[in-house]
Amino acid sequence: MKKQVAIDVRNLTVGYGDYVLLHDADYQVNKGDIFIIMGGSGCGKSSMLRVLTGLLPPKKGEVIIGGVNMATAPQEDIQKIREKSGILYQSGALFSSMTLAENIALPLQQYSNYSPETIRELAHLKLALVGLKGFDDFYPSEISGGMKKRAGLARALALDPDIVYFDEPSAGLDPISSHNLDELIIELNRSLGTTIVVVTHELASIFAIGNNSIFLDANTKTIMAHGNPKELLKNPPNEEVYQFLTRGEKK
Amino acid sequence: MEQDNQHNYENNFKISEAKNIIRIFVFGDILKCNNEVPLQNITKNLSEKTKEIKFVNDGLKEWDSSFVLLVFKTIEEAQARNIKYDISELPENLQELIRLAFAVDRKPTAKSGNKMDYLENIGFKTLGVFKLIRKIFSYLRDVSSSIGRFFRAKSDIRGIDFCSALDDCGPKAIGIVALISFLVGLILAFVGAIQLRTFGAQIYVASLVTVGMCRIMGAIMVGIIMAGRTGSSYAATIGTMQVNEELDALETMGLSKIDFLVLPRLLALLVAMPILTMLSDIMGMLGGAFVGVFLMNLPYIEYWKYALDAFNMTNFWVGILHGFCFGFIIALCGCYSGLTCGRNADSVGVATTRSVVNAIVSMIIVTGILTVICQGLGL
Repeated sequence: MKKQVAIDVRNLTVGYGDYVLLHDADYQVNKGDIFIIMGGSGCGKSSMLRVLTGLLPPKKGEVIIGGVNMATAPQEDIQKIREKSGILYQSGALFSSMTLAENIALPLQQYSNYSPETIRELAHLKLALVGLKGFDDFYPSEISGGMKKRAGLARALALDPDIVYFDEPSAGLDPISSHNLDELIIELNRSLGTTIVVVTHELASIFAIGNNSIFLDANTKTIMAHGNPKELLKNPPNEEVYQFLTRGEKK
Repeated sequence: MEQDNQHNYENNFKISEAKNIIRIFVFGDILKCNNEVPLQNITKNLSEKTKEIKFVNDGLKEWDSSFVLLVFKTIEEAQARNIKYDISELPENLQELIRLAFAVDRKPTAKSGNKMDYLENIGFKTLGVFKLIRKIFSYLRDVSSSIGRFFRAKSDIRGIDFCSALDDCGPKAIGIVALISFLVGLILAFVGAIQLRTFGAQIYVASLVTVGMCRIMGAIMVGIIMAGRTGSSYAATIGTMQVNEELDALETMGLSKIDFLVLPRLLALLVAMPILTMLSDIMGMLGGAFVGVFLMNLPYIEYWKYALDAFNMTNFWVGILHGFCFGFIIALCGCYSGLTCGRNADSVGVATTRSVVNAIVSMIIVTGILTVICQGLGL
């Protein structure tokens, strides 16, 4: 059975001013996939994420999510797509003046009609889902880096998004916290059926969670490989991809 | 056979009780449902005899977090009353979510609440004040020794930092200082003119504005502008460096934070403030002249004659001294607030506010002290 497409990227060129980071990118992210955007530093992974989330207009091409072209659609349509998307930033990006529950309640207050009591309970549930039950009244400064990421994930899940984007989820985490976060991503993907897009260069995470991926190359400024990361390791299309997936081993 | 009590709620729930087992039949699309009503009805059906709560999938289609929340709350209620629960008929992914929600891997430690009694609280606050005073003195000592190192040419100060700070608090501040001082001179002249006109002595507006601006108003206006503009910028810049761990990096590299960050800013303000005070004096006098000549129709030559007669070098130097002291205060308060800033975004805002408030309060106190000293010296 053919999978439904969640994100359709066509002939995309990404860059800033006159500088082009990536050109003519074509790929699709299927619904329910855990899709990895990988590549070395400076290849445009995070810029690609900014384009997908509508924060950076593409220089050329189209990004179609839920039938909406993020490059040309009016701001209201982009906003509707954003409401159905969640983003976990590198640092968690929690608002430091709010408790964890208030951080999670914020999008619910903004975009739902739930009563304040239900919002409070939903925030409690979302925190419980990411393993932070009972941390509702804690401030971001009172919890560890790994817990901040979990809380950021709870906020990203607040509005039951169709797509969740992760920007370097393992950055700054110890191996166990990183592994636990990977497990959580897999479990949430399985139980919620959410499409997940992860920008990372953490090999352990790539192989643990990814079932589809693209490899961006800074030199050619193109998508150099596309497919399941484990398959790419077995049959690397070129030396660069092999070296990346094996931490620099020569073929 | 026990009576089978049935309750219908909205379009998705049916609750029945039989043989002390509560069955919750769920069906249809349960999306964005307000589950307070169903939850209240489930709770209402619970009694001491209830043995089990069972969710029965009676054609559940689409569901979202609001339904997960209902199941979650029901299970919490069941656990609190030691009642068994069964969710095995619900979709597998929903069961997985419920398992995740109850799989707590770390329990929160109790937050430190304010459980001190009244006396203990006073004691802690008094100790806090002593600690603060010690910190301020230690900071002033560090700044003094940094200035000492600077005069012995042993400081880590970088010339480019000084030039950049001077550019920021000097040329870039001229516009705002000139405008505000002109307006203050203008206001001073207006207020004075209304009173002096009743005695037919409106020409003395020139003397009033000149003495007022040169002696104190010029310096105070520059002080307030620079505390809001430059002092707050120092606090925000250094505070952000604290958040980004740049201050830790300086310390681990063995570089003095005071030499590197405070001294260039302090010296820049000490150079810029007297010059800006002079500018403020001139602009204030021009503001007064504008009112006197154009609005009160005083003769131009006569106005300036009275203005220059009222001008004396003692007042001028007292004003410059105020400006110099204010520069010292603004730089010290701004940099201190930045250096003692916390490590989150919120703290930067607090540090910025604190720098401005502390600088203005300190300036007023120093003005009072200088006024008493000047009176004592007959200046």
